Amino acid sequence: MNIVYVPRDTASVSVGADTVAAKFKAAGYKVIRNGSRGAAWLEPLVEIDTPDGRVGFSCVRPSDVDALINDAFGHDAPHLLDVGLIKNIDYFKKQTRHIFAKSGEIDPLSIDDYIAHGGFIGLKKCLKIGAQASVKQILDSGLRGRGGAAFPTGIKWQTTLDAAADQKYVVCNADEGDGGTFSDRLVMETDPMALIEGMIICGASIGATKGYIYLRSEYPLTKEILGEAIENAYQTGWLGKNVGGLGLHFDLELRIGAGAYICGEETSLLDSLEGKRGMVRAKPPLPAIQGLFGKPTIINNVITLASVPDVLANGAKAYAALGVGRSTGTLPFQLGGNIKRGGMVEVEFGHTLREIIEDFGGGTLSGRPIKAVQLGGPLGSYIHPDELDTVLDYEKFAEIGGAVGHGGIVIFDDTADMAALARFAFHFCEVESCGKCTPCRIGAVRGGEILDKIADGENVAENFALLDDLFDVMEVGSLCAMGGLTPKPVRSILKHFPAELGLKQGVET
Amino acid sequence: MATNLDIYPLESKIKLVCADHGNAADMLLEILHAVQAFNRYIPESAYQIIADCLNLSRAEVYGVVTFYHDFRQKPPAKKIVKLCQSEACQSMGSVQLKADIEKGLNSDVAIETIYCLGNCALAPSALVDGQIYGRLDADQLSALIGGTA
Repeated sequence: MNIVYVPRDTASVSVGADTVAAKFKAAGYKVIRNGSRGAAWLEPLVEIDTPDGRVGFSCVRPSDVDALINDAFGHDAPHLLDVGLIKNIDYFKKQTRHIFAKSGEIDPLSIDDYIAHGGFIGLKKCLKIGAQASVKQILDSGLRGRGGAAFPTGIKWQTTLDAAADQKYVVCNADEGDGGTFSDRLVMETDPMALIEGMIICGASIGATKGYIYLRSEYPLTKEILGEAIENAYQTGWLGKNVGGLGLHFDLELRIGAGAYICGEETSLLDSLEGKRGMVRAKPPLPAIQGLFGKPTIINNVITLASVPDVLANGAKAYAALGVGRSTGTLPFQLGGNIKRGGMVEVEFGHTLREIIEDFGGGTLSGRPIKAVQLGGPLGSYIHPDELDTVLDYEKFAEIGGAVGHGGIVIFDDTADMAALARFAFHFCEVESCGKCTPCRIGAVRGGEILDKIADGENVAENFALLDDLFDVMEVGSLCAMGGLTPKPVRSILKHFPAELGLKQGVET
Repeated sequence: MATNLDIYPLESKIKLVCADHGNAADMLLEILHAVQAFNRYIPESAYQIIADCLNLSRAEVYGVVTFYHDFRQKPPAKKIVKLCQSEACQSMGSVQLKADIEKGLNSDVAIETIYCLGNCALAPSALVDGQIYGRLDADQLSALIGGTA
């Protein structure tokens, strides 16, 4: 039987991959749903095996299937949609894939595929060297929280290892709510076992026998795929009382959120997991010591946890050798918005933002000039074209008032309304605020009102001064980053696009 | 769900859902999702029933229902289209798309705002009947609404 690979991730399905798959199946093909390689601009990217490796056919619509079959995939003459050998495509060749090395190659739901591609080597190493040595590996690797806060993961793990308790937990923060971000979704849909192995390693390292994945409800296909992956892992003995026959106990439960952005904040997430309103908790106590149900809890982002098997398998030194400065390892950047070649680009830290946008992304989809780039989501900032040569490094972007965050890169062309985006920052905060602290709950509303007054030309100078004051109150007085960082994107718009907000020149507020 | 609910009255259905989740207070979000899955919204009568099953106060249940955007307190339109209005979709015209599509819709269809479907490289995106659609324009969206896509 002829084999054809048809991707199955949210992006490829959103442009017809399921219908394409069904048509091939109806035509008698064995259809392998191979996750996705994360190049949204090529989806649905259909692949076949050849003696030289896998060959791809881009943007295949259901109406193209018959022609592809009849042409025997361009056996005699190159087919229109043929993009050649996957391994020769620059978009993939120029990446440094560690987390996403298997994505698009394997069937995400095949444990056999996972093992054949190096799965569980990290876990076995972890059990061989023991809990403390494993935590030391994570510390020495320089791995930092990939959700966006970039806190050293090893320090969190050490704190939880040191905390004595009858029960500890590993919680995966899969509430990827930032606009412009989709790398968590992509790894969960294309290589879920990497996340699961990472969580098992964490459990073995800190002494936790139970894990939870808190997945946002806006990811229905992810829920399906991840749910099936967990089921498969249980059935093949890679979750449960005796993981992989290695004498380790680890249970994993998938839980679903209910549309609240704030539940991406770690303490709010813990309250949500406890069946409550997602209210942010004061720290201390740190979740590492008193977290889920009051027990020592590691709560890490999806990409952080999915990076763990590689760190254990290949060693901290190899991981720390990648990247620059204190930004070690790789990050899967996500190119979105008005971009020609959008998708996930995994590279070491150290490239410039321009390289990602131009070399990989090809500039805007519209062909119009780039006006602004939102980096780091709604709590990041808008980068001006003059700043695109900044190196992608946590500290370097912080220095210019920006943030790498979770790595979401959203491109805007010159039709973008920066005043509307500034207004949106406060609106989003107002809608998503948990409501606990006044600077955020009230500040978001007042910030919006002040911008509206400025737009109406009302007491402009006084209102700008008031806005500056409000920024300080929110940044210093908020309980968490929701209120604390909402001023960040607005400050960046004030600095780079003052005229659009009614200012004569750039304001460093 | 372990039990076939179709033949039971609402109160019994809700109690069965709670029991299926071990009457565990930390499963409240899961329980509310399950109730909304068969009832399309969380009726007021559900608060006390769930509170009793989970040993919570009525206020606590009400607090959770009203906190999360997903939970509806009133019956919704027959067809719900959740159109993303986050930044990446905004950069590709989703605000105007929403304004355009809302004109001349009957009460059978509701266009709701959702913040990010994780399909940012294929904006504008929408969630309809549990499926995510990307690279949408006004025509495709109309077709989706009309059920002819």
